[in-house]
Amino acid sequence: MVTSLFINALQFIPDNISLLLQKALETAELAFTALGIAIVIALPIGLWLGHKHRGLTLALGVSSFGRALPTIALIGVFIAWLGVGFWNVTAALVVLGIPPVLTNSYAAVDGVDRDVVEAARGMGLTERQIVTGVELPLGLPLLIAGIRNAAVFVVATATIAGIAGVEHGGLGQIMANSVTYGQDGVLAAAFVVAAMALLTNFALGLAQHAASRRMAPRA
Amino acid sequence: MSDLRVASGGGPVIPKFGQGTACLRHNHWFCPSWVHEHWGDTLQPALIQHIKLTIVVVGVGFVIAFLLALIGFRYRRLHPVLGAGSDVLYTLPSLALFAILVSITGLEVITIAIPLVLYTLFVLYRNIVEGLRSVPAEVLESARGMGLTRRQTFTQVELPLATPAIMAGVRIATVSTISIATIGAFFINYGLGSPIFNAIEEPDIFRTELVAAGGLAILLALAADGLLALLQRSLTPWSRLR
Repeated sequence: MVTSLFINALQFIPDNISLLLQKALETAELAFTALGIAIVIALPIGLWLGHKHRGLTLALGVSSFGRALPTIALIGVFIAWLGVGFWNVTAALVVLGIPPVLTNSYAAVDGVDRDVVEAARGMGLTERQIVTGVELPLGLPLLIAGIRNAAVFVVATATIAGIAGVEHGGLGQIMANSVTYGQDGVLAAAFVVAAMALLTNFALGLAQHAASRRMAPRA
Repeated sequence: MSDLRVASGGGPVIPKFGQGTACLRHNHWFCPSWVHEHWGDTLQPALIQHIKLTIVVVGVGFVIAFLLALIGFRYRRLHPVLGAGSDVLYTLPSLALFAILVSITGLEVITIAIPLVLYTLFVLYRNIVEGLRSVPAEVLESARGMGLTRRQTFTQVELPLATPAIMAGVRIATVSTISIATIGAFFINYGLGSPIFNAIEEPDIFRTELVAAGGLAILLALAADGLLALLQRSLTPWSRLR
């Protein structure tokens, strides 16, 4: 009974591949627009605070508060406040994407060996050059880890946006509409979402690995 | 059964706009009168369900993670495998896991509980193993010098010293569980997610119910975090001396 359900769901994927692809693209568009904006906002703040070794409480507070926020309630508040639409949901996703990026970019720069930073300062590098030329490359693996966390989280949450009734809401729309798509469709969409999240995690994991290998001291 | 959603029978009472107070008719963000009126039949039961679910999930997750961590700590070669396994689980979106499990375990609370337990494993496993590993070699050496057996070293030296890291994991797992559990209500009417989804499904989004239930979820998470922080302090009295 359960196996036949799974087989039906797996058959749903090739049978409705264009629908699933279109919806997956919508989810990806929502997620990566939000992720991009979250990075643009959170990265400079995290880098600057980490460089100054200041605002630890803020960085930690933002991350633990971000964890406590029920995503579906936040999306609901944004829709009730601004109305249903691409940018309103994107705004909610941005709020959720900021904490991991902020906390990790802070930790990445804050954790750079202070002797190295002192040496760079002694060599006459400006503060800006220290951030971009020393701290950023050395903290890159941890920083990418933060972006990776945020990306996986935002992809998952972008799906939830679909069940809140957003137009072009992506795979969540299929999952919220078992009347139209049947349980096969709901399951198939769930598989696609899971695959998207795993793929995002894997791709950014490779980037993180590459960054830490580049930064590892050569023997 | 083609429809996955459960009818909200016996669930929150949705006000008929036009019959409620002026605050409700205008769908303000927060109408205290509604909260007062529906605390007993809607919010309080949902809150209690949410607390029960969280305690069970974190408790079960802790026991499983602790056993896995003992294995990963003792047999170091298994650690990367167990770590990668919990990493993959954590990546799977909760909504997808809930949907997949509905077709296996049905519309029962266990369907929400299983993915939540799996998510706690990721944080708890990592923190327990790292906490146990962070005990300095000199400390272990002196424990052995004092004639402690392997078992005594574990219970009297390694475990107490790992407590801060373990408790940090428990705090993160608890707060995340409280937050993610709200999503489970999309499939199963249980916990604070129920009133949240009820509010969202109203044509205009019933703001008071959304804010009240969402706010309760946030307050519950912050309260649980604070309580666990106090527990951590009482478990590690020596850390206060610093």
